[in-house]
Amino acid sequence: MRKIIWILSFFIIFAIYGCKKASERTEVKKFLNGAGASFPYPLYANWAAGYYKLTGIKINYQSIGSGGGIRQIAEKTVDFGASDMPLPPEEVESKKLLQFPTVIGAIVPVVNLPEVKNSHLILDGKTLCGIYLGEIIKWNDPRIKALNPELELPANSITPVYRADASGTTAIFTKYLSQVCNDWKKEVGFGTAVKWPIGIGAKGNEGVANYVKRTPYTIGYVEIAYAVQNRLFYVRLKNSAGNVVEPEEKNIKEATLYSSLDPSKHFYAWLTNAPGKEAWPIVGATYILLSREKKDTNKEVIKFFDWAFKNGDQVAENLTYVPLPEEIKEKIRFYWKKYEIY
Amino acid sequence: MEKRGHYLEIIIKNFLGFWALFSGFLFPFIIFLILFYESRLAIKNFGIVKFLTTSTWDPVSQTFGGLPMIVGTLISTFIAVLIAAPVAIGIAIFITELAPSWLKGVITSAIELLAAIPSIIYGMWGFLILANFMRSYVEPFLQKIFSPFPLLGKLFSGPPTGIDVFTTSLVLSIMIIPFMASVVKDSFNLVPSVMKESAYSLGATKWEVIKDVVIPYTISGITGGLVLSTGRALGETMAVTFLAGNVAQIPSSLFYPFTTITVALANQFTEADTPLYLSSLFYLSLILFVLSFIILSFAKIMVLRLQKRWK
Repeated sequence: MRKIIWILSFFIIFAIYGCKKASERTEVKKFLNGAGASFPYPLYANWAAGYYKLTGIKINYQSIGSGGGIRQIAEKTVDFGASDMPLPPEEVESKKLLQFPTVIGAIVPVVNLPEVKNSHLILDGKTLCGIYLGEIIKWNDPRIKALNPELELPANSITPVYRADASGTTAIFTKYLSQVCNDWKKEVGFGTAVKWPIGIGAKGNEGVANYVKRTPYTIGYVEIAYAVQNRLFYVRLKNSAGNVVEPEEKNIKEATLYSSLDPSKHFYAWLTNAPGKEAWPIVGATYILLSREKKDTNKEVIKFFDWAFKNGDQVAENLTYVPLPEEIKEKIRFYWKKYEIY
Repeated sequence: MEKRGHYLEIIIKNFLGFWALFSGFLFPFIIFLILFYESRLAIKNFGIVKFLTTSTWDPVSQTFGGLPMIVGTLISTFIAVLIAAPVAIGIAIFITELAPSWLKGVITSAIELLAAIPSIIYGMWGFLILANFMRSYVEPFLQKIFSPFPLLGKLFSGPPTGIDVFTTSLVLSIMIIPFMASVVKDSFNLVPSVMKESAYSLGATKWEVIKDVVIPYTISGITGGLVLSTGRALGETMAVTFLAGNVAQIPSSLFYPFTTITVALANQFTEADTPLYLSSLFYLSLILFVLSFIILSFAKIMVLRLQKRWK
């Protein structure tokens, strides 16, 4: 009896040991683990599925939020991290990371005005800022009227809606407000979560979209995909060149062309309020972070993103993301070469 | 053989004792230590009194004060229990004393089903349906009724948005009613029928029996039900985050948006990008931990005292 137990326990120990060995062997080659921002999650998951079919390399991406992504890559518990907010070059250096953008997205202000049954409302940075600061409280405020002389605007009060959960969307939106409006910069500032002077917080893009859709006289801001899916009326914006623009793909792409996405600064740049005649003003990129010390793993990660840059634009567009222009992709490849991972 | 049985008994006894000790005492203690350890940066930065009394929560300037969340948690829980308690006790009375026996089973299982609905569904229902209804009908109506009264009017002032303290507490109360009702109902069933029958034989009416026999006899069971559901309301997150409006402010009326500790944690944890921010969130959870501990032990003491009095 005792002998059998001994033999069995030996077997079990060997089996566990063997399994561990086997998984270690395969993990390096067959698995890449990433974690971070939730905004690009549908896209990365889609790209990963395509890449798996082609190469057999499985990419596990966990959308745990940008904060978690940054923490985990700094602690090297994942192979790549993802963030919706670029890290400043000094922070990239001090944490020994690499950083590059993968895809861009646009944020649109959406409104629910029963009197205006289409996307014809025009706002500019100043009025948007006034609304979210609580300085413009009625829809028929002269400042809104001046931009929309031909619209019948109601005398109802405005309910601004914002993201209750900390998010990259909020970071991009508040960065835009800080750029176009000094009061906002002084009183509120920008970040994934800020101290909103007025309004109501809804959870997630879906939450904001739904609340605006169901509540008259509200204004909110969402990723463009959510405005399209929920058939919300978006606001046309006056950009830095003074033109009234629509959130179309070419206008969103134009915002990146004049931007300072620069490899020497680890692509740290805000694409908001970009110059360019037709550029949509509230645009942001989502980023990938790599740990410099893991060169071999990085090469594998880069292979995936290079493949995605070459073959993944259509998928991105189907999911209403905007792919990076070729010029920026070339800059990123140059950056990879510089750090010897491409 | 006898000896072996003896050893087995000792082993099992120690093993079970260890688990009871571990889950009952050590485990909460370890959690407390971890929360304390993680929040040490915030404790060092803001102190205890300052954190508990500051009402600014501003991640941009890195100033964190927990007062709005703490007040929000306490207010919404208090109102929810206030609404739920009479309803739950009423349900329990109806099931045990008044309902015909064929209806008892139906109502009991219907109430138990209510407890099985996941909180996210309450949240979505509240956000998509109830909030609109409250905004367009109930809240303007309440304002019309209460606005002439000086203090009550202030309680119901402000623009009705449907996303506020009132709606949140209402949904919370619906969520805790099944728990409360089933605990209260069980303790009502424990009242010896001898006691009830002797009261009836003395000529007491049904109402008098309920008021003077059933409720006094089961007061500790009722308090127990209240406490259990208070615990649930304190920790409820998903439903509240849909309905609270998520504004870190102390609500000045029932129609203002607010936030609670759990909601702030759920919303901000994933994107907390600085150590101080993360540590402040841990600090909030430490406060919630201590808060629930205090409330539950307070209730426990109350139950013990009541039991003593009725013996």
